[in-house]
Amino acid sequence: MSVTRRNPRVERLAIAGTGGILALALVLPLAALALTTTRVSLATALSHPLVWPALRLSLLTTLVSLTLVVVLGTPLAWTLARSRSRLARTVETLVELPIVVPPAVAGVALLLAFGRHGVFAGVLYPEGTSLAFTTAAVVLAELFVSAPLYLQAANAAFRRVDARFVVVARSLGASPLRVFVRIALPLAAPSLVAGAAMSWARSLGEFGATLMFAGNLQGVTQTLPIAVYTALESDLGVAQALSVLLMLVALLLLLLARAALSRAEAAP
Amino acid sequence: MKRRALVALGLAIVQAALPGCEREPRNTGAPEREVVVFAAASLQDAFTTLAATFESRHPGVDVKLSFAGSQQLRTQIEHGATFDVFASADEMNVRALVRSSLVGQPSTFAENEPVVVVAPGAASIVGAFADLPLADRLVVGTQDVPIGRYTLEILDRASTERGPDFRSKVESKVASRELTVRQVLSKVALGEAQAGVVYRSDALGAMDRVRVVEIPKQHNVVARYPVAIAARAPHPALARAWVDLLRSAEGRSALEQAGFRTPEEE
Repeated sequence: MSVTRRNPRVERLAIAGTGGILALALVLPLAALALTTTRVSLATALSHPLVWPALRLSLLTTLVSLTLVVVLGTPLAWTLARSRSRLARTVETLVELPIVVPPAVAGVALLLAFGRHGVFAGVLYPEGTSLAFTTAAVVLAELFVSAPLYLQAANAAFRRVDARFVVVARSLGASPLRVFVRIALPLAAPSLVAGAAMSWARSLGEFGATLMFAGNLQGVTQTLPIAVYTALESDLGVAQALSVLLMLVALLLLLLARAALSRAEAAP
Repeated sequence: MKRRALVALGLAIVQAALPGCEREPRNTGAPEREVVVFAAASLQDAFTTLAATFESRHPGVDVKLSFAGSQQLRTQIEHGATFDVFASADEMNVRALVRSSLVGQPSTFAENEPVVVVAPGAASIVGAFADLPLADRLVVGTQDVPIGRYTLEILDRASTERGPDFRSKVESKVASRELTVRQVLSKVALGEAQAGVVYRSDALGAMDRVRVVEIPKQHNVVARYPVAIAARAPHPALARAWVDLLRSAEGRSALEQAGFRTPEEE
């Protein structure tokens, strides 16, 4: 058997090239969207009456849902990551399920649960009232589809927290809350930020569940993705320009998250 | 340098994959084996029935049905989708395709009529068309889709008789402007909304969950469904046969069973 020395550059290129196929598949459609949108059509679209109420509503609702996801999701993920019980494993699986449920199905599920004649109507609020068609419904739909992404990231991050730190801290008298806040959170922070960014991006693009559960009313439930879809029914040009706008907003958010992440990683 | 090499490699791979992509069909004169029908979503029930009829009459032929909103189908056609027949729920989208010479002359094969559907719990509130302003929550189509445009037209017509503020009174009760007729219907059927405006053909499939309230003749509009054959249809003979089937007694009875009206023979 002879040992042949291959050119390392060629091998590196082969690996990168194989991966490049996927990168192309992801980037080409977005590039086409951006390249075929002229400055004029973008300007026209930005002055379209659908745009600003939708953008404002999108930012508002995703900020609220993100806050809820982080404030409620972080303790849940910590609990699930620390627990060894079978119940915890079951809950872990159940709360990740919304990732694979098609968004329109999620919308139907939300209606059936929290709608006027929903299973839990009458328990949660007086019979005959409903969240449907309100801005709160938009937030709930976004929460439903985006929280699993954060939970998954946070769970993985907390599992990587060295158990010895926790044991030592507890034996030195630190309360569980103090261990959570002073040890687990700082150690997991970079991954938590990354998870929150993914979760935010997902809720910004959320469409199917919102349309089904919250409906489509300008200024109340019409988010940017729903405005895009509404415009798509009449004017592809406007829809396209709106999509570019949505893409830019998402890009900005992801870049911000990335910057926060690299700063967190650089910190000692 | 490295980046350029990567781009070149990527492009080479894309090019290598291209022959697998869809090509412009060639008409070879060989017997046609399939016909591709693009149809508005509301035609789903009737066309599925008729596809079975068509296939039994033309053994060995496969009817490929593609259902979506008329506007979506038009966008697909404008971007080069291959099809033989386009049946639309409104005339606007077909007219645009005629202008750009993508389809031949259209003909109307069915008519549909908007009706009000009322949720079971709201029957005592909305008993007639004139009661619409009394409801708390209505859903209609957005004005970007045909049913939404028809709804506004109906409200405008009603306003000339019932007072100029009839339309604004009704619109102030609108809780959502849905993107498809089916979504209007499902929100009424679930009881989320008290009433909405849909086509009779849609209401027909939900008679166990909603009550139909007629819109007075003098206010109502007629939605005409045109059908046209693709200018460059890969299977022109079968396309012709499909259009003929729609206008035959069998076609008309399938459409009528699905809640459509069929225009008189010219």
